[in-house]
Amino acid sequence: MPLSNKERMKIPRQQMPEQLPLVRNKNFAEVNLGLTEELARMEAERCIQCPKPTCINGCPVGIKIKDFIKLISDGQFAEASAKIKEDNMLPAICGRVCPQEEQCESLCIVGKKGEPVAIGRLERFVADYERENKLGKLPEVKAKTGKKIAVIGSGPAGLSCAGDLIQMGHDVTVFEALHDLGGVLIYGIPEFRLPKEIVRLEIESLQKLGVDFQPNAVIGLTDTVDELMEQGYAAVFIAVGAGLPYFLNIPGENFNGVYSSNEFLTRVNLMKAYKFPDMTTPVFDCRGKNVAVFGGGNTAMDAVRTAKRLGAENAYIVYRRSDAEMPARKEEIHHAKDEGIIFNYLANPLEFLGDENGWLKGVSLQKMELGEPDASGRRRPIPIAGSEYVLDIDMAVIAIGNGSNPIIRQTTPDLNFNKWGNILVDQNSMKTNKPGVFAGGDIVTGGATVILAMGAGRTAAKAINEYVLGLSNTAS
Amino acid sequence: MYRIISAEFIAPNIKRFEIEAPKIAKKRQAGQFVIIRANETGERIPLTIADSNTELGTISIIVQGIGKTTLELNQLNSGDFIRDVVGPLGKASHIENFGTAVSIGGGVGTAIAYPTAVALKNAGNYTISIIGGRSKDFVILEDELKKASDEVFVTTDDGSYGIKGFVTQQLQALIDSGRKIDFVLAIGPIPMMKAVAETTRPYGIKTVVSLNPIMVDGTGMCGGCRAIVDNKTVFVCVDGPEFDAHKVDFLTLERRNKIYNVEEAAAREHICNYDKMYTNELNK
Ligand SMILES: Cc1cc2nc3c(=O)[nH]c(=O)nc-3n(C[C@H](O)[C@H](O)[C@H](O)COP(=O)(O)OP(=O)(O)OC[C@H]3O[C@@H](n4cnc5c(N)ncnc54)[C@H](O)[C@@H]3O)c2cc1C
Ligand SMILES: Cc1cc2nc3c(=O)[nH]c(=O)nc-3n(C[C@H](O)[C@H](O)[C@H](O)COP(=O)(O)OP(=O)(O)OC[C@H]3O[C@@H](n4cnc5c(N)ncnc54)[C@H](O)[C@@H]3O)c2cc1C
Ligand code: SF4
Ligand code: SF4
Ligand code: FES
Repeated sequence: MPLSNKERMKIPRQQMPEQLPLVRNKNFAEVNLGLTEELARMEAERCIQCPKPTCINGCPVGIKIKDFIKLISDGQFAEASAKIKEDNMLPAICGRVCPQEEQCESLCIVGKKGEPVAIGRLERFVADYERENKLGKLPEVKAKTGKKIAVIGSGPAGLSCAGDLIQMGHDVTVFEALHDLGGVLIYGIPEFRLPKEIVRLEIESLQKLGVDFQPNAVIGLTDTVDELMEQGYAAVFIAVGAGLPYFLNIPGENFNGVYSSNEFLTRVNLMKAYKFPDMTTPVFDCRGKNVAVFGGGNTAMDAVRTAKRLGAENAYIVYRRSDAEMPARKEEIHHAKDEGIIFNYLANPLEFLGDENGWLKGVSLQKMELGEPDASGRRRPIPIAGSEYVLDIDMAVIAIGNGSNPIIRQTTPDLNFNKWGNILVDQNSMKTNKPGVFAGGDIVTGGATVILAMGAGRTAAKAINEYVLGLSNTAS
Repeated sequence: MYRIISAEFIAPNIKRFEIEAPKIAKKRQAGQFVIIRANETGERIPLTIADSNTELGTISIIVQGIGKTTLELNQLNSGDFIRDVVGPLGKASHIENFGTAVSIGGGVGTAIAYPTAVALKNAGNYTISIIGGRSKDFVILEDELKKASDEVFVTTDDGSYGIKGFVTQQLQALIDSGRKIDFVLAIGPIPMMKAVAETTRPYGIKTVVSLNPIMVDGTGMCGGCRAIVDNKTVFVCVDGPEFDAHKVDFLTLERRNKIYNVEEAAAREHICNYDKMYTNELNK
């Protein structure tokens, strides 16, 4: 007999099995182990199948959450996966990295009185179930249209756009600057949060559908956007991400041992420096050292947890504001604390200190207090005079965000950008001012999320399809 | 995969490769470089495009074996493959008719200076090249530079060939002889570039150097290649590699290039017997 809503609301939110903190902070294997079938079905029972579900409004791509959860509680996992894939090409990835507590789960009715349904974990469960049992079927590809489309960048925006366009029957080539594919999913987000095998399999299935991937192609230098169009690409989708690291611009930032998060994470994730010397790329030897990561977002959490795994004695987060303002996902902050990361809130770096050979030795910090809310609605940190102190550190990672990479801008003079270097587009179609050129993901929004980038890729694919088939009459 | 069409040692430990990379061959301009990854486990390292042949679709690189990656690379031969080659990266050299231009190459820096020297010549400059080497065996590209220069001077540290002494002594001699020099390009080890900068500074001669920081992506994404020029942080891979020699903070560059010395020594241990192999190769 089906459960009553009251009974459903009494089921506690099922816990995600995870590696023990003091074990996992020494390895790069995934922290979360995934729900078992039993746990997943139990969790699915917690959904009260709202007649007018609100959760769906919290998902940027509008996944039919209620329907896929129903299929899980019925044990129809493959069908549940198919249901998700109607709206989201990369559920195994989004189920792992979406900030669910701010998105779908924040609007779940069950969460009003207790804890929301664990939508992300369920999404991950069905995607993993399908993959592990090899139930995934390649979607159908429409008859060839003869149109060639270029996608620049192989992050989530580029991959989802390519996936949709190939199914619509177009010929799609993805150009990627690096030697490996996946964008931030490969070089930024660490293995312990998103196993690279999952990203690789997604890319393989796009290859099976016929997407042509061209790594080692920096568009703007190897070929320009205009040259691609001259080569017969009917449309171009620019999805180059937000790849220009910001630094703090304080004295001493060029001492040896100061990294951008992009460099640190790229060395470890893309180049696998944690396997040095079997892999040739080195990274700062963190063993027994003190490492500070500056910032409070997902990137900062990834960097500090990586440093801990590389053997750091003390791994600190240094953040200007307080706990409450930290933009990182709650789950990641929680995981970091369990793993022994030390959090220094309300501390602002003033200067890096080095030794006579140019090696980092410490950082001078100033204590802050919270004042009135600023434009972002977060309380503004204000320095406390005379509160300066020195934290001894051997390595620092700056994780305060990314600007936009200038290569496309410098080589595509007739494309419109805003003053931060983001490409200007029409939000409904991702069209730029340049005919046939579309853009989406972080290069348009600034650093955002995987699911938003994916959504932008799909919106663009729809508009590109209409554009190349002459279905829309506006040329630009 | 990028096929090696030919490979030969041109000096002890310095090897010249022609590699199939038609797009890069067509696009590249003097001063630009590629980043290569020799194999699946390899690191990404920057190498200047010394020359290209658009008909054959090949680029030339000249590699000095100094660490694990370059020593391994120098074991490859014609018919072998390089896993990844990406480029052309960086800004092209700024070329104009300055009048009299002196190109100075120290060691493998001669290979990096060579394409720019050719471009300076083609732009109508009276070009003087100074090639520096430890000893006779280490003097490279002399014949090529003779074709591309109005005058060529060779200096060796030990006097085994050309003029005994450093490239800066030859440069100073030229200045002292009262020749009007309008432009100097200097590429080589950091102490050499620094010495050239100090030689020309009192005379206000426009001097450009090509910086060689450690790089990863080469596209401006990581910031690892940052250097200080004119008291500002630059990313050498996208803002350079060429900069005004009189404004470069060489000390920071020198220190940052030593970041991985300990790790790299460990990596080299793994391949110490390669030494034997390439000496064998040379003796073939
Ligand atoms: C460390 C880190 C952790 C994060 N954690 C999360 C998280 O937990 N949850 C979440 O939702 N989001 C997270 N994000 C943000 C998320 O990863 C990004 O918003 C998302 O990847 C943006 O996708 P994209 O396709 O626009 O760009 P990217 O993923 O950045 O991909 C762009 C690709 O384009 C390539 N490229 C750049 N220039 C060129 C060129 N000229 N020619 C060819 N190719 C080029 C790049 O090499 C790259 O591969 C994180 C980001 C970072 C850095
Ligand atoms: C724009 C650019 C163009 C270059 N062009 C050429 C070229 O045409 N031919 C060539 O032979 N080399 C060139 N280099 C230098 C080359 O990239 C390095 O020699 C190479 O990365 C060293 O790698 P490795 O693993 O063999 O040595 P490693 O083991 O990494 O280093 C060995 C020693 O060299 C020093 N070192 C490390 N990186 C560099 C570096 N980037 N430059 C100089 N010394 C370094 C280290 O301090 C260490 O002592 C260029 C560098 C740049 C940035
Ligand atoms: S894609 Fe992200 S926001 Fe949408 S339902 Fe899944 S976890 Fe929630
Ligand atoms: S809001 Fe929550 S309970 Fe309602 S359908 Fe969505 S997931 Fe289920
Ligand atoms: S090498 Fe990464 S920014 Fe220059």
